[in-house]
Amino acid sequence: MEKLNGKKIFNGIAIGKIKFYSRVENQVVRKKIKNAEEEIRRYEAAKEQAILQLRELYKKAVKEVGEMNAEIFEVHAMMLEDDDYNDSVHNIITSQVVNAEYAVGITGDNFAEMFTNMEDDYFQARCIDVKDISERVLSILIGNSSDSEIGDEPVIIAAEDLTPSETIQMDKSKLLAFVTKEGSSNSHTAILARTIGIPALIDVDIQEEWSGRTGIIDGYTGIFIVDPDEATLEEYREKKEQEIKKKELLQTLKGKENVTKSGQKLDLYANIGNISDLAMVLQNDAGGIGLFRSEFLYLESDDYPTEDEQFTVYRQVAETMAGKKVIIRTLDIGADKQVDYFRLDKEENPAMGYRAIRICLTRQEIFKTQLRALFRAGAYGNIAIMYPMITSVEEVRQIKQISKEVKEELKAAGIETGNIEEGIMIETPAAAVISDLLAEEADFFSIGTNDLTQYTLAIDRQNAKLDSFYNAHHEAILRLIKMVVDNAHKAGIWAGICGELGADTKLTETFLKMGVDELSVSPGCILPIRQIIRETE
Amino acid sequence: MVSFQYKITDEAGIHARPAGLLVKEAKQYDMEITLECNGRNSDVKKLMALMSLGIRKDDIVTVTVEGNDDEAVAWKLEAFFKEKL
Repeated sequence: MEKLNGKKIFNGIAIGKIKFYSRVENQVVRKKIKNAEEEIRRYEAAKEQAILQLRELYKKAVKEVGEMNAEIFEVHAMMLEDDDYNDSVHNIITSQVVNAEYAVGITGDNFAEMFTNMEDDYFQARCIDVKDISERVLSILIGNSSDSEIGDEPVIIAAEDLTPSETIQMDKSKLLAFVTKEGSSNSHTAILARTIGIPALIDVDIQEEWSGRTGIIDGYTGIFIVDPDEATLEEYREKKEQEIKKKELLQTLKGKENVTKSGQKLDLYANIGNISDLAMVLQNDAGGIGLFRSEFLYLESDDYPTEDEQFTVYRQVAETMAGKKVIIRTLDIGADKQVDYFRLDKEENPAMGYRAIRICLTRQEIFKTQLRALFRAGAYGNIAIMYPMITSVEEVRQIKQISKEVKEELKAAGIETGNIEEGIMIETPAAAVISDLLAEEADFFSIGTNDLTQYTLAIDRQNAKLDSFYNAHHEAILRLIKMVVDNAHKAGIWAGICGELGADTKLTETFLKMGVDELSVSPGCILPIRQIIRETE
Repeated sequence: MVSFQYKITDEAGIHARPAGLLVKEAKQYDMEITLECNGRNSDVKKLMALMSLGIRKDDIVTVTVEGNDDEAVAWKLEAFFKEKL
């Protein structure tokens, strides 16, 4: 028995045969041919097929790992259409009168070499892309099937590293887990593991001779065991059994209502931070999206995302959720989040600084761009907008004035907008205290308990020294929540909770008693909370 | 013939994705478009050649457009650089 430590990427337990995955490069033989024109036609056909494959992979990857991570396949298709690359292949075929395989192999090597010799790490790494596209064309020419075959039996894949095309092409039903030596928690493999929900470890010293032997992955502790002894195997079988039972129990809750025994209902929505989280939202049967953090659009970009870029994303979420509510929070960025192009000054106290709605109200062009994209996307589903960091009634009036202007501009231009609810986040003590006044202006409230707690208790959550002073269930917080919910109901609007406290199962019953209308939690917390609600009187 | 200069602001320089978009953009125009950077030239319609220039952040590129309607195309390309690179 061998026990190794790795870095955990996704939790869960997997027991099964290890398959060592290594890249098989196509063997190319130089052959004289008779008809160069015929050979060029062969190459062109193979190239077209490769581009079609890449288009399919792109679509598959968008669904599985999100658009940002899928783009690499689009670039691969463009590389195959490159003039110099194609000229080189054509030229080798016609001048040497040789087979297309040889021409592609040589061209691929030459172009890869060109990138290998570049100074910059980023451009050096592109040599893998050139090899990847050349191998794809070669496989088609030679007639090799996909090189990501796993076999019939479900296995634990062990590999030095996996390329995006390798992971995307694997048959997900045969994958028990991933263990790799290289890679990061943001690698394609890691994203895939998280998205399809299988255990994964990286930084494990992989040995080729493990292939065919039994392995155990403990994604909770980051341990990888090869050739486990009978006692260990038994221990993990039991753990796996428990895990499966728990999952099954939760699965039985799918499609069920969030209703207590006495008939009180509550909406359970999901919090997401990227479009790639949508799969988890659907898998966990969320009733909608209660908090869509739009920041990733700004954080992952090198410049202000355009209206169309944002519109595409919002529309995709709205369409995917097919009429279920999608509450999108407008830009919540401040000095604590690094976004160079915003050129924000360093601040002593960013949590209380120039951030979120304060940026939007002073730099209205950024705000208006986002609002236009949101209202346009509203025509494709059930979108609601939520404004963060509110402290006064005046702010809300000002926001409504701007959003009214945006709507009128769109209407004047003949662009359709949806019927969009506009709510506010209650995350400052000020907003909670005047929630009776704010309720007259907003369509709904969503309580952001993380900030509300830190501002109310004056405790910085990043400071570990303060942990002994911190009480997440502090009476002050619970009273504020109750007050906000009561004020919302008096004005005839609904109130939900989208902070971490919403997922605290010890408080689910308390929230039901308070009459909270909605809880928005991370996708994995939805079914456990549904279970508690259904067991409550 | 019309030229313009632009200083790259993208953190990763002219990396794969924007290079691909630039090529796509340039291919719409039936005219010669070249890019010069650090004493080396590339046809803007050629992805690999463009990437092989290894253009990084803060590098200054000179784009030259030659053909009918070159002024309008140069203007469009300049807008593209400002938005994407």
